Amino acid sequence: MSTFLDISKIDMVFPTPKGDFTALKEVDLKINKGEFVSLIGHSGCGKSTVLNVVAGLYQASKGGVLLNNRHVLGPGPERAVVFQNHSLLPWLSAYENVELAVKEVFSKTMNKAEMKEWIEHNLKLVHMEHAMHKRPDEISGGMKQRVGIARALAMQPQVLLMDEPFGALDALTRAHMQDSLMEIQDELKNTVIMITHDVDEAVLLSDKIVMMTNGPAATVGEILEVTLPRPRDRIALANNTEYNRLRSAVLTFLYEKQRKVEVISNKSATATKGENKTPKIEVA
Amino acid sequence: MTTLIRKFTVNTVNLPDWFISIGRNFTALIMPFIGIVCFLFLWSLSASYIDTSLGKFPGPSAVATQIGNLYQEHIDERSKEDAFYQRQELRNSERLANDPNYVVKTRSYTGKETFIDQIATSLVTVMSGFIVAAVIAIPMGIAIGLSKTLNNAINPIIQIFKPVSPLAWLPLVTMVVSAVYVSDDPLFAKSFINSMITVTLCCIWPMVIQTSVGVASINSDWLNVSRVLRLPALTHIRKIVLPATIPAIFIGMRTSLGIAWMVLIAAEMLAQNPGLGKFVWDEFQNGSSQSLSRIMTAVIAIGLIGFLLDRGMLMLQRKLSWDKTSASR
Repeated sequence: MSTFLDISKIDMVFPTPKGDFTALKEVDLKINKGEFVSLIGHSGCGKSTVLNVVAGLYQASKGGVLLNNRHVLGPGPERAVVFQNHSLLPWLSAYENVELAVKEVFSKTMNKAEMKEWIEHNLKLVHMEHAMHKRPDEISGGMKQRVGIARALAMQPQVLLMDEPFGALDALTRAHMQDSLMEIQDELKNTVIMITHDVDEAVLLSDKIVMMTNGPAATVGEILEVTLPRPRDRIALANNTEYNRLRSAVLTFLYEKQRKVEVISNKSATATKGENKTPKIEVA
Repeated sequence: MTTLIRKFTVNTVNLPDWFISIGRNFTALIMPFIGIVCFLFLWSLSASYIDTSLGKFPGPSAVATQIGNLYQEHIDERSKEDAFYQRQELRNSERLANDPNYVVKTRSYTGKETFIDQIATSLVTVMSGFIVAAVIAIPMGIAIGLSKTLNNAINPIIQIFKPVSPLAWLPLVTMVVSAVYVSDDPLFAKSFINSMITVTLCCIWPMVIQTSVGVASINSDWLNVSRVLRLPALTHIRKIVLPATIPAIFIGMRTSLGIAWMVLIAAEMLAQNPGLGKFVWDEFQNGSSQSLSRIMTAVIAIGLIGFLLDRGMLMLQRKLSWDKTSASR
């Protein structure tokens, strides 16, 4: 069996007034069907860039992405994205936000009643059935992110891409959302790539943790397989030796092998990324 | 002991609700009132010191009298008009009874337009010019906002025409309209078309600019949502671009409606087109002892209507826009 998603030696070069800036260099990653992969690394190391290339929002300067042996040339609903800032359309209710996606993807294969049922099913999956007809500004940050996830799931994507989905949430809500996501994942067995800053989140959720080196010319540093049995329970895992070994492995990579000199790289990141969304800088 | 305390506090604090709410709204309700009273006092004081060749500068009381007069004139004119039509109808039916082959002629009343008629004319003109401008400017703004190439091509033209006072266009507009708009039975009067086009010309630029800036600064996440869903171009505009730009469009519309109202009065004065501006100009030329107080009344009416137009737009914005924060002032 060949790989499901093949990120094949991609380079990403952004032209800037001061010359080219190489954000990614030979990022190579193979992901199997149904695998949950986390990308972790310091701010500005190009995690989001990798995700955007897979989503098709950016075109790699060199190399490419193969999904099911087909070259990814542009964005599409089979690679649904959950954005960091939920990016719900504020003039539509939660239901209508999901509806927009469902109408685009399933208008040929579903009739109206089936679509309605499918929208409601996905909102139930993320426990949002009680606030279906509320607008984004009437619900909390965690709820918005749930709707964002429902919208992505409703596209029935082959790969679900999540860009720091819980980064903007408080710790309690975040834990809650992680549990929800694990539940959904047990049921749907999606292939997921998730970007995170949070070491615990990466170990808890993933089958594979991909640790990236610092930019410029960032690339895959180490890959860690997580073989903890599922379903996983965060409280039970706290004293699990394997869990703690994995956790310290990630921490060692981030804070010893790839220690970041904040000031210099921050400057270069903002200067070179220009109008692209600069990743949230989180002081760990 | 506790019951005693409670009784005591309840008794002292238990003021009637209306009293508390007035206290809470004291500044919001009373201060504007005090401001207006002070203004009226200063106005009447200074007016009594200004002598012109047409008599004293009108104070608040003169204006109040004129409001009554102008309204009475309007009522009188209307009853004259009714009487005219009744007479005409009577005459026609009599002639028709005497001679069955008589073709009935109806003539419309040609009395002078009252102050209230002029207000109505100005309002209709400003709204038509504004709507025509919106119909042109919003699609144009969206197109410019979506395409950098188009923006580069059109932006210099906009930047050059934007600072031009529409009054400079007025002579050109008048000549072109009288040359082009030729019809035996015109649907609209030429003077109306002139004023309307002038209003349109000054409304277009703020709306085009605000709309295009609004489109160009749409949250990139929303655009990415559209790209991931592969929305077709028209759906993209309808479902993402247009709603996202509504707040910016309203900023442009409110700006341009404010300018349009000011410009229209000036255009009516300059071109003798019917409306409030013509009323002011006629009174000035008339030069009677009442002229100044009538003009002052018109000034206040113009201000009041301008204010109401802006409030109206704001209410429309609150109704239509999802962004309630930008619609708060």
